[in-house]
Amino acid sequence: MEITLITGRTVAQGEAMEKGKIGEGFTKACAVIELDPEDMSKLGAYEGDEVRVKTDSGEVVVVAKKSSSAPHPGVAFIPMGPWANVIVGGDTESTGMPPFKGTKAEITLAKGERVLSAAELVAQIYTKDKE
Amino acid sequence: MQRYTDVICSFCGTLCDDIEVVVEDNKIVDVKHACRIGTAKFLASNDYEHRLLKPMVRKNGKLVEVSLDEAIEEAARILKDATKPLLYGWSSTSCEAHSVGVELAEELGGVIDNTTTVCHGPSVLAIHDAGYISCTLGEVKNRADLIIYWGANPMHGHPRHLSRYSIFPRGYFRERGQQDRELIVIDVRKTDTAKIANKFIKVNYGEDYELISALRKVVNGGELREESVAGVPREEIIALAEKMKNAQFGVLFFGMGLTQSYGRHRNIDNAINLVRDLNAHTKFVIMAMRGHYNVTGFNEVLSWQAGFPYAVDFGRGYAWYNPGETTANDVLQRGECDAALIIASDPVSHFPRKSIEHLARIPFIAIDIHPTPTTQLADVVIPSAIAGIEVEGTAYRMDAVPLRLRKVKEPPEGVLSDVEILRRILARVRGEEALTAKAEVAK
Repeated sequence: MEITLITGRTVAQGEAMEKGKIGEGFTKACAVIELDPEDMSKLGAYEGDEVRVKTDSGEVVVVAKKSSSAPHPGVAFIPMGPWANVIVGGDTESTGMPPFKGTKAEITLAKGERVLSAAELVAQIYTKDKE
Repeated sequence: MQRYTDVICSFCGTLCDDIEVVVEDNKIVDVKHACRIGTAKFLASNDYEHRLLKPMVRKNGKLVEVSLDEAIEEAARILKDATKPLLYGWSSTSCEAHSVGVELAEELGGVIDNTTTVCHGPSVLAIHDAGYISCTLGEVKNRADLIIYWGANPMHGHPRHLSRYSIFPRGYFRERGQQDRELIVIDVRKTDTAKIANKFIKVNYGEDYELISALRKVVNGGELREESVAGVPREEIIALAEKMKNAQFGVLFFGMGLTQSYGRHRNIDNAINLVRDLNAHTKFVIMAMRGHYNVTGFNEVLSWQAGFPYAVDFGRGYAWYNPGETTANDVLQRGECDAALIIASDPVSHFPRKSIEHLARIPFIAIDIHPTPTTQLADVVIPSAIAGIEVEGTAYRMDAVPLRLRKVKEPPEGVLSDVEILRRILARVRGEEALTAKAEVAK
């Protein structure tokens, strides 16, 4: 299913971030996607199911969550953090600002797939290949 | 046991200045008045298990603990060897640190940019074009009767903004507090802020510009022929325009919903012009919901020292400002910087992959209080003390009011402030003897 991805702060993300990004709390707060309930049923996803979110920049597995800000069909929200930003588009269109709100994404079910921690995700995607 | 009152919370741009903190044996044991995020920040300063305590340098691909002097030396070497280093972060530290940072960037001929680049950078561009009709938060509290949050969700991003300044407090001309005010939220989702609003207006994603234009048309006496604009029915747009014109003192607070979505600076430009148009009818102001507690302070300091608020390139030997070219994400994505210093920020978490792929490839230094995905990829990691908890300093609130950050506890042993770390790196870059801990004591 195609959606418009928006990202941003949540109070849980802010709290988890201040407590430390190494802990499980940060993953719980940020490795989620808030979906419109109708979009969820179209997708066949239930609260707590893993889903894969894919954009032109990459893909990431996060946990589906029923949005408390619905209805917003076709729009989905991932809190700011490494999970959101490995799939956010990079093009600033010469304004300096990447499209943190408004990247087109494709969501599919990924039940049972493991959601990586911040450290695992960073280690998997970015390599220090300067040596 | 020591009780501190009127402590300033160094988390968001609201910069709450009424926090009460109780400290026992150099541990914060109680925090009053702060929000969930602020409380977490104060209490997390105790948690040395999740703090960075030892400087580290990457050797044979692994970060290993080293002395502070060695880490400073290696940081200075990386920066000196670079042709065009990027100095990025800054928004969660004091203006005193910013000042040394700008000096360092000039010395190195590097690019200096802060998180403005990924929050209100577009707002700055719009302000260059259209001006900024604003006020202080104190004026909002005492005067405002119509509050609009557009593309901003303070219940999450600035949890006490509503209770301290905008909706709930009693003010000089708003004696009954909330009953004397009206709250309107315009957003693509019915956010938690929208849920407590008197009126929520749902705008289609990416069509804020159109809605602002429609409002301007009505405010300026034009006839709106469209049935609806940006998903908002004509009657609602006319009613909102009338409400804005008839307010005694209206405020339009705007956030990332306008700056990060389609249209970017053009959205803000149009919003500022809407507020200008409204001033033909009543008093109306606009204010950016600045995120980090001292993101505004960096804009101030860089403006004093280099003449521009963010994204300055000293590579030509003088300050060159061209957002879109000299902004951090563009510099990274073009692969132009060959080293970096990241301070008080976590771009590996918060920049798009395309930018970080280059950062991971170049040598860089990270100065932070916690281990983060950025420190994970860094080549030199230097722990720092928390400004506003463990060191004093100056910070600017979102309305550009400077406040003095306080110190309530000692930093972990051997951990220096950002200011001191930067001074030592600058001294080594210039080839001066770095002050060792011993010399510092003797002084």
